[in-house]
Amino acid sequence: MLTEEEKKEILEEVKHYPYPAVACIDALKIVQHYRGWISDDSVRDIAQILSMSNEEVDGVATFYSRIYRKPVGRNVILICDSVSCMIMGYETLYNYISKKIGISFGETTTDGRFTLLPISCLGDCDNAPAMMINSDHFNNLTVDKVDTLLDSYK
Amino acid sequence: MEKPLTKHIIHGSPPLNLKDYQQAGGYSGTRKALKEMAPADVTTIVKASNLLGRGGAGFPTGVKWSLVPMDNECLKPKYLVCNADEMEPGTFKDRYLLEGNPHQLIAGMIIAAYAIQAEKAYIFLRWAYKKAEAELRKAILEAYEAGYLGKNILGSGFDLDVYVHSSAGRYICGEETALLNSLEGKRALPRTKPPFPAISGLFGKPTVVNNVETLSWISHIIENGAEWFKSLSLTGTGGTKIYGVSGKVKYPGTWELPLGITVRELLEEHAGGMADGYRFRGTLPGGISTDFLTEKHLDVKLDFSTVAAAGSRMGTGTMIILDDKTCPVSFIHNVEKFFALESCGWCTPCREGLPWVEKMLASIEEGTGRMEYLDILKFHANYMGPGNTFCAHAPGAAEPLQSGLNYFYDDFVRHIVEKKCPWR
Repeated sequence: MLTEEEKKEILEEVKHYPYPAVACIDALKIVQHYRGWISDDSVRDIAQILSMSNEEVDGVATFYSRIYRKPVGRNVILICDSVSCMIMGYETLYNYISKKIGISFGETTTDGRFTLLPISCLGDCDNAPAMMINSDHFNNLTVDKVDTLLDSYK
Repeated sequence: MEKPLTKHIIHGSPPLNLKDYQQAGGYSGTRKALKEMAPADVTTIVKASNLLGRGGAGFPTGVKWSLVPMDNECLKPKYLVCNADEMEPGTFKDRYLLEGNPHQLIAGMIIAAYAIQAEKAYIFLRWAYKKAEAELRKAILEAYEAGYLGKNILGSGFDLDVYVHSSAGRYICGEETALLNSLEGKRALPRTKPPFPAISGLFGKPTVVNNVETLSWISHIIENGAEWFKSLSLTGTGGTKIYGVSGKVKYPGTWELPLGITVRELLEEHAGGMADGYRFRGTLPGGISTDFLTEKHLDVKLDFSTVAAAGSRMGTGTMIILDDKTCPVSFIHNVEKFFALESCGWCTPCREGLPWVEKMLASIEEGTGRMEYLDILKFHANYMGPGNTFCAHAPGAAEPLQSGLNYFYDDFVRHIVEKKCPWR
């Protein structure tokens, strides 16, 4: 079941468009904002409010890389693995973080604190390597910087 | 040297608010267009200026606008879409403009929408650009309050609403027809062309899709004229360009420079040359979907036609430098892996060809590659080229691959013969 808040926000988005299904991506993002990911139940609820089939909504949800169809940790670390960050040493950064929190790309720590994912170019190539944690952006990263950074995400 | 696009951007400071931007001369082009000019006259000036699209393809902006039907009531509402989905790896110019001067973009969008008589405009923004999103939303609210957006703008009778749509990822959204599908809430698959978006775009209505840097120019061109714009470039194409350099150079960064400066000037005078201990081997001049240029191309002028004549593309104008301590095979492997992951899966050469290319490159990089792979890679670089695929994604992937095989052939062979990466 969608909460009243989720419904309200989704219907607000629908107002900007000629028909409800256009708000599909917005709706997925709204629900993910509150729940962290998109469950099968959420797919069904979104389909209902936007007058779409479950399959249509799932087709959209599985296409976009920033919509999660599996549960993720409380904090999502997104390390840029595109070419400028590769030249500037993202692999050292990745290896360090991966060892420190004990997971590889695509995995979540057992305590649910972190999920580690690659992301393509963050448009910060002149300050590479770059990464995001949740909605926060970091650049000119070094192993030392990462250490203190991760501590601030509980 | 004039720097119209960036003169109000101060590194590390928030962008000018509407009041300050107006005091500095902002929105004067917008007032001029809406109060003194007919829509067709606006398009005529932009056409005369020869403003080439700054998203990478370099299509003439005024021509794009002139394809929009103007007198057919059945085709309303028309739409303007700003492509702010900057996702081309190695590209970081639109982010600079969005975070640094959002009002410049809005001022241009109002004029562009007026020229094609669009009553709704969307800014399709890269999901990751959180700071840009906050600045844009703030600037749009200010523009509504000052009467630059909404009903009867500046008493001209023209109405315009602007919305920010923050995306959900995927590189293919930068392709203009895939972007339109995404904006309609669908999977971002490219559409068949024709019909072009100018005839049937968003929700089947006439739509113009322009890049952030392109739209940021419009107000300046209307204010100062087509001849002024042309005089800014060294090659007669028109305008300045936001160039960028990343990789092992002394000072990576972005600079607004006259269109047509050489690779050497950009690399040595602005980026400070190669970092100590590194030698230049090549560059992708405008994002990863462009062909390599090498040492023999250092004096090529960075303009759409001259870079094309040298066998590459101007693309986004942000160079990625390949140095001698980075393995060219892993460089190209990284790039092709990106393309393989980001393929939308619609057409065969792209969906099947790219993962095959990626696997062969991985194998060569690990030292398990065979000589015949090089011929298969060449075959794919050709097969994924223009005319064989649904959109420009796979042809873009073919560019660094075919030019990389050409210029760094010996390095590929070494990996295969020595059965390991010589850089490790």
